Amino acid sequence: MSAPFDTTKDAELLDQQVHAGSLVAASQWALIWHKFSRHRLAMVALVVVVLIYLVAAFAEFLAPYDPGKFDPRYTFAPPQQIHLFLTDEDGTRFAPHVLGYKSQVDPKSFRRLFQPDPEKVIPIAFFVEGQPYKFWGIWEANRHFLGPLDKADPFFLIGGDRLGRDLLSRTIHGTRISMSIGLVGVTFSLIIGLILGGISGYRGGLVDRVIQRVIEFIRSVPTIPLWLGLAAAMPKDWPPLQVYFAILIILSLIGWTEIARVVRGRFLSLRREDFVIAARLDGVSEFRLIMRHMMPSLYSHIIAAITLAIPNMILAETALSFLGLGLQPPIVSWGVLLQDAQNLRAITQAPWQFVPGVCVVVAVLALNFLGDGVRDAADPYAK
Amino acid sequence: MSDETILKVRNLSVDFPIQKSVVHAVKQVSFDLKRGETLCVVGESGSGKSVTARAILQLVAKPGAITGGQILLNTGSGEVDIVKLGSRGLAIREVRGRRIAMIFQEPMTSLSPVHTIGHQIVETILLHEKISKEEARKRAAALLGRVRIPEPEKALDRYSFEFSGGMRQRAMIAMALSCNPEILIADEPTTALDVTTQAEILSLIRELQRDRGMAVLFITHDMGVVAQIADRVMVMFRGEKVEEAGVFDLFERPQQAYTRALLGSVLKLETPAPRPPRPAAEKPIAKIENLELHFPLNAGFMGRPTNYLKAIDGVSLTINQGETVGVVGESGSGKTTLGRTLLRVYDPTGGQVMYWPSNGEPVDIATLNKAGMKSLYGEVRMVFQDPHSSLNPRMTIYQTISEPLRTNTDMTERQMMDRVSELLARVGLPPDIGDRYPHAFSGGQRQRISIARAVAVRPRLIIADEPTSALDVSLRHQVLDLMRDLQNEYGLSYLFISHDISVIRYFCDRVAVMKNGKIVEVGDVVQICENPQHAYTQNLIGAVPRPDPRLRADAPQ
Amino acid sequence: MLIFILKRVAGMIPAMFAISILAFTVIQLPPGDYVSTYAAQIAQTGEAVDSAVLANLRERYGLGENVAVQYFKWIGGIVRGDFGQSFEWNQPVTELVWGRMGMTALISFLTLITMWAVSLPIGIISAVRQYSVIDYLTTTFAFLATAVPEFLVAIVLLYISTMWFGVSVGGLFSPAFENAPFSLAKVLDFLQHAWIPILVIGLGSTAALTRIMRANLLDELHKPYVEAARAKGLPEGRLVLTYPVRVALNPFISTIGWVLPALISGELIVSTVLNLPTAGPLLLQALKSQDMYLAGAFILLTGGLVLIGTLISDILLAISDPRIRLS
Repeated sequence: MSAPFDTTKDAELLDQQVHAGSLVAASQWALIWHKFSRHRLAMVALVVVVLIYLVAAFAEFLAPYDPGKFDPRYTFAPPQQIHLFLTDEDGTRFAPHVLGYKSQVDPKSFRRLFQPDPEKVIPIAFFVEGQPYKFWGIWEANRHFLGPLDKADPFFLIGGDRLGRDLLSRTIHGTRISMSIGLVGVTFSLIIGLILGGISGYRGGLVDRVIQRVIEFIRSVPTIPLWLGLAAAMPKDWPPLQVYFAILIILSLIGWTEIARVVRGRFLSLRREDFVIAARLDGVSEFRLIMRHMMPSLYSHIIAAITLAIPNMILAETALSFLGLGLQPPIVSWGVLLQDAQNLRAITQAPWQFVPGVCVVVAVLALNFLGDGVRDAADPYAK
Repeated sequence: MSDETILKVRNLSVDFPIQKSVVHAVKQVSFDLKRGETLCVVGESGSGKSVTARAILQLVAKPGAITGGQILLNTGSGEVDIVKLGSRGLAIREVRGRRIAMIFQEPMTSLSPVHTIGHQIVETILLHEKISKEEARKRAAALLGRVRIPEPEKALDRYSFEFSGGMRQRAMIAMALSCNPEILIADEPTTALDVTTQAEILSLIRELQRDRGMAVLFITHDMGVVAQIADRVMVMFRGEKVEEAGVFDLFERPQQAYTRALLGSVLKLETPAPRPPRPAAEKPIAKIENLELHFPLNAGFMGRPTNYLKAIDGVSLTINQGETVGVVGESGSGKTTLGRTLLRVYDPTGGQVMYWPSNGEPVDIATLNKAGMKSLYGEVRMVFQDPHSSLNPRMTIYQTISEPLRTNTDMTERQMMDRVSELLARVGLPPDIGDRYPHAFSGGQRQRISIARAVAVRPRLIIADEPTSALDVSLRHQVLDLMRDLQNEYGLSYLFISHDISVIRYFCDRVAVMKNGKIVEVGDVVQICENPQHAYTQNLIGAVPRPDPRLRADAPQ
Repeated sequence: MLIFILKRVAGMIPAMFAISILAFTVIQLPPGDYVSTYAAQIAQTGEAVDSAVLANLRERYGLGENVAVQYFKWIGGIVRGDFGQSFEWNQPVTELVWGRMGMTALISFLTLITMWAVSLPIGIISAVRQYSVIDYLTTTFAFLATAVPEFLVAIVLLYISTMWFGVSVGGLFSPAFENAPFSLAKVLDFLQHAWIPILVIGLGSTAALTRIMRANLLDELHKPYVEAARAKGLPEGRLVLTYPVRVALNPFISTIGWVLPALISGELIVSTVLNLPTAGPLLLQALKSQDMYLAGAFILLTGGLVLIGTLISDILLAISDPRIRLS
């Protein structure tokens, strides 16, 4: 029926050639990116997160005003609308502008009521000269991304607060503080988590059991009362920067456990992995074993863990500051801004004070989606 | 056995859409199953044999789907096409468990962990028959007794995790038989079991089949099992039926090239490779004496633990230069632990491992210090069982193979690159694949890479821990032949650990049989295989299914 | 089973001890001590400070002695039911905390029950119908709910109810029932008010639990025992509910361990915004005015509440999972 058969040769054919495509020489990062980039929502989230951090980085330039600049004439001034075309006796032309306010005090409630005033045309433009500032506290500058041509004119794109400060400028500056709390706090957590989780997972034994008990305990304590307790114990006369770092440390004292858990878990399973034992039997030093053979399997998982830890930090800071035990004015964070929204009267009069809350939600959502995407892509070799 | 056909499968096709492409897992497969016969479906991984079995009960997992063909079940009062019944609804449920029952590969996970054995069997009976709970329970107990589970009444109220793998598979069989099905589909039911347990389960299935006149569709990859139990055999390869024949015909006169290749690679292992005669005066390279590895079981608080897990319990064994010593045993016998303890992956708690290095005095590995171990890693190497987990997926082939060179030699990068290319060529791979990652290679190729890494530093002794177990049978002797060639070339000695007697017989000079951390018998491989002395060894050797149906009791003369 | 429970209770002792240390640390953290604060307060009101009373107080709290003695005097008092003195309210802490903590425990418990009642079925549906419309909806909703801080939900709810419906939603009782004795009408009134904080507090954790149930169940749905049960002819609905759901329930039960702390944290914030007569507003007030014995008592009690919750979840788990019970 068939020709004489050479068993060895045909058996060779049975050893199917898998993967002959372009990924044969792809490193883990290429594979992770390949997997991550198919996750559409995570890609969108990545763009949003990058944008938010860009806003945080260029806050002084992007904000029309200094966050502390106030003007009692514009208490709770409503948002202005941007008009692209101006119609006057000369006809209609392209001239971006906003309208100034007519205001009067309501005799009954003593509230100041605002109306847009068509007479007061305030031309606006990109890269206008405005209030001088020190970019990153170093370089003197006075250009702003968007603002009124005449810096004395009112410009409230998303409205003003109870002291007549520009909410947009404050929210932009708040972005820097809130997002940096997330990032720096996570860095602290990462350091603690990496060291303790690493020791716990790599050494095992008694050290591991002790660290595990501590982690379990910390996770079982309701965080808010504890944070509040620690934050309340801070002396009231500390300068803002010191408060900022104290809050960071308080947040990371609790936030490190999740990262430690991930690191420990990975180390524990890696330690038993055949390829790690094989490397040990190659005779490599302990340092090289950890850095060269174990750590590369951890990086992507750590990135996922910290991406998912940042939103928790942001939420925690927001809650603390909202309750008045976190950051204190004049520092502006989203949580500090939301303190103004605590009062029902204030928000019924000026609902735009919810904007920082929207920022929190968007940032947290984007970071969560991003973290989820990274976590799903973190192990491109899993079946 | 009657000639009445109970199941007719016609042009069955099953597809799995994966992302943008479609995998045709089963392509136009047709076969008949007669009352009372055992039809074995045999094939290697990816041949579609399991999917075929699942299709018969409409159990193909999503996104897979039956895309064509008929599965005609003879109900006595006409034929029912199971394909038309769909995967839900009363009609298919009447078939499942009632007419066709199924047992699975993983006895450890095929039973619910949160329900008692009794509950699961009684539930099955009550699903299909209108009898009282008490009667159902009585029948369940009788069934457990029938599959020889001790104290069936008590066993009903126990959970699956309280049983061993073999007992669970018995319980699974009892459940499958609870409604007297006409067909039993067994999907690799013994693959996860030890060879002695496998023999018991196989004889149990055969016995029950004869009692009840059941038809059995038996899925397996093991030609030995086929030879033992099949009446007829269907061979599958990449979703297609290659050949179908009576078991004696198939083994004696395979018609298709693939069948011959498959049988050839199995039978090749049956005949030991020619070995050079051993020198009269052996020179030892390693001598294990009374090696012990005890783990405390109840790590007592402060006080001394009173109970130990004796993973290695006083093992003595000598490996001579240029010799291949096999260690065979069932799971939990301590054979893998023994291999690892020799290289101090675990620190022994007692005994000695004397090793004669290439230059200098013998050393005791069991008590060697760090520096001493470091110099040893270049001489004693290890090959692991699973080629998927023993290669770091994040390192290129070059990085992996060069790692031992980097730590044990003073080679320059240039020299290492040349050496790696040379090694890759030597193990039968293209020399220019150094920049690729392990995921680009198949299991057999990866095992070759692992071997290249092991021999990169010209070792003298290699501890090979089941290096062929994760491979399909057709690849096994290739890897073994490669190891044999390297042995002749470099003058290597092997400690070869395996659960598979046929591989041991093919490859080893001497063999040690391990059980419960002890060596029960050591001797020449031929002597142990042909004429075992110890009762356990006799049991073990006797349980190995040989790929020769002529050895069966019911073989025609 | 009894031995199991006793073992767990014994296992709680070190945790309780650690929590008490933590609470004590918080008490000790602010500069100055209770008696000096108290003296300063009295001095402010212009009254004469009775030094004998002060000395008495110092003796009672062990002030001036080393920290260990102070700790044991404090914890010794608590064992006898004395949590110390609130200088702001000038009342024993004991009189202030129990009613409030009771309300917190009640709200947390009700929230927990509601959360389970909601997240369990949704999680199951969304796993069984993976990638269906319902699954996408719950996923989207779950992500959103975990991203919104509870207090923000509370404010938005306040805003909406005030602006659109003209009703205020704060508090737990209508003024008429505030001090009324226990009656069915009072319970009904309570439930009318309580659903809002329960909704707000439970939102985030419900979302998280739904995701967990979905993930657990997805893991289980493809296990061999499910296929084996299907092969014996079980109807699909009964199969899912009695096998994989039953197994997936176990990790779900053990989530109490971290859900409860989150609930209590959420309750504290939300009750502040909604001005509920629970521990939250009082704790916050105590912390802001550094009324540390009161604050410490709350921290200790919330910790204790979590421990009790964890104990209950351990017991439930042992009942539900024979693997835990029998090993």
